[in-house]
Amino acid sequence: MEQLLNFLYENREMVFIIILSVFLGIEVISHVPTVLHTPLMSGANAIHGVVIIGSIIVMGEAHEMLTIVLGFFAVILGTLNVVGGFVVTNRMLEMFKKKK
Amino acid sequence: MPTTLAAFDLLDIILWLSYIIGSVTFIFGLKMLSNPETARRGNLVAAAGMTLAIFTTIFLYRTQEEDGSRQHLHNYVWIFSGIIIGSIVGWYAALKVKMTAMPQMVSLFNGMGGACAAIISIIEYQSHYNPEAWNLTAVTMAGMLIGSVSFAGSMIAFGKLNGNIGDKVFPGQTYINMGLLLITVAVGVYITLTPVQNMMLLGIMAAMCLLYGVLFVLPIGGADMPVVISLLNSFTGVAAACGGFIYHNQIMLTGGILVGSAGTILTILMCRAMNRSLLNVIIGNFGGGAKAAAGAKEKGTVKEISLSDAAVLLSYSKKVMVVPGYGLAVAQAQHTVHELEKILEEKGVEMKYAIHPVAGRMPGHMNVLLAEADVSYDKLLEMEDANNEFPTTDVVIVVGANDVVNPAAKTDPASPIYGMPILDVENAQNVIVMKRSMNPGYAGIENELFYSPKTRMLFGDAKATLQKLVSEVKAN
Repeated sequence: MEQLLNFLYENREMVFIIILSVFLGIEVISHVPTVLHTPLMSGANAIHGVVIIGSIIVMGEAHEMLTIVLGFFAVILGTLNVVGGFVVTNRMLEMFKKKK
Repeated sequence: MPTTLAAFDLLDIILWLSYIIGSVTFIFGLKMLSNPETARRGNLVAAAGMTLAIFTTIFLYRTQEEDGSRQHLHNYVWIFSGIIIGSIVGWYAALKVKMTAMPQMVSLFNGMGGACAAIISIIEYQSHYNPEAWNLTAVTMAGMLIGSVSFAGSMIAFGKLNGNIGDKVFPGQTYINMGLLLITVAVGVYITLTPVQNMMLLGIMAAMCLLYGVLFVLPIGGADMPVVISLLNSFTGVAAACGGFIYHNQIMLTGGILVGSAGTILTILMCRAMNRSLLNVIIGNFGGGAKAAAGAKEKGTVKEISLSDAAVLLSYSKKVMVVPGYGLAVAQAQHTVHELEKILEEKGVEMKYAIHPVAGRMPGHMNVLLAEADVSYDKLLEMEDANNEFPTTDVVIVVGANDVVNPAAKTDPASPIYGMPILDVENAQNVIVMKRSMNPGYAGIENELFYSPKTRMLFGDAKATLQKLVSEVKAN
């Protein structure tokens, strides 16, 4: 228990960010109309592509071949998530364009 | 004093600022995505923030080495080739996919993100293992578990939506799944608490996570896949946040957690729109068999279609038939219907009108109405001709008509309209019914058609709905 509390306190800023972000996430999308469920899901999907930053860091620090190859795949996968996610969302939303 | 200043140098500050800007664009992006007016811009705003964060990380991020020095990232060739390959493939796939196949595409990209998070955790455990920091190992294990479940689950969801994988249910599935999850978590706890690096056990755990992901999605009905994808989407968000925790990276943390919580809420909203609970979706395994077995006497459920889906459906059809009724007349929607016809025609879709003799409140009511809107006479089909054409029709749009398409006239001798000839719209591939509400029509009787598996409802005033549909189709 004490160890856990210490761990949380050591990372207090991050714990703070996590808790506030949870509420922010709930607040930000709670009034979405049904028609936008799918595009919103797709947009959120692109945003969690932020995981690519982790793969860049891993890749950039790597020295062993195995790590480099794995990291390389991670970068490709992360980019797919980001680029594909945003482009697909944009295409979906093109359907909502107003004509007048 | 210059020496203390050196601790905060310009590069760090710029990187930190770019992460703040990135996080803010994510928040604004999500907010704008929840409103049709701003949604498109919101997506672009978030994309810009993401691009900024990616490039500042590549060029400005520096590691803290053991000797106290700080190093820029290396392996730039690998990083950039990865990004270029991923961008080209992702961009191409996203542009080529048909609008109807969008959900599985999202699922695929979501799986990529999950796999990315899982790989990061594996590398982290393999090259930066620290037996003293069991807390970090715990977060690493969580990232791997959630990331791989999301990856495997998304692949199955993709396969189901694409029609490659059917629903597979076997007895005791819920318990087996739960047992597998418990064992997997137990292995993760064991790896965390034993202060020895054990790559083999990590491999076994990764395999178990993947298996769990597969078994988790396999029994869920195909119709519930959008909800499942949304759930897995929030999983990947949490997995990304685990990575952010490990690297003390604020933007990964905010981005991941935002998606994690927004995704969870979105999942719940989606369930609510279907009048189901999330638990019911996950373990109830509806979707396929249960509904079909419900029998003819059961009313079944009414399924709604969104305007955008309806627009997509229409744009990709060859032949569309409109069945106008009194509702069209009340709403004075004849001009709008003609507008829809013109736009679909431009897209190469053939659109005709099936006129039931008693549609509306007087014989010929519909013909007059449509002629007023300059609808060409040869597009108005009499009942017999229309009935011959329905089997080759892709979509029937029923606009404010009810009794003239009620199958009870043929099947239910007790029905007050039994024996009345009707338009056999059920012979078409899809039926979209535009209606103000579920209230029964003029004859005051229930209509089985609305519960048919082919039928989708589009509620609202006929004219307003058609107008929206027209602009959707135009934009499509």
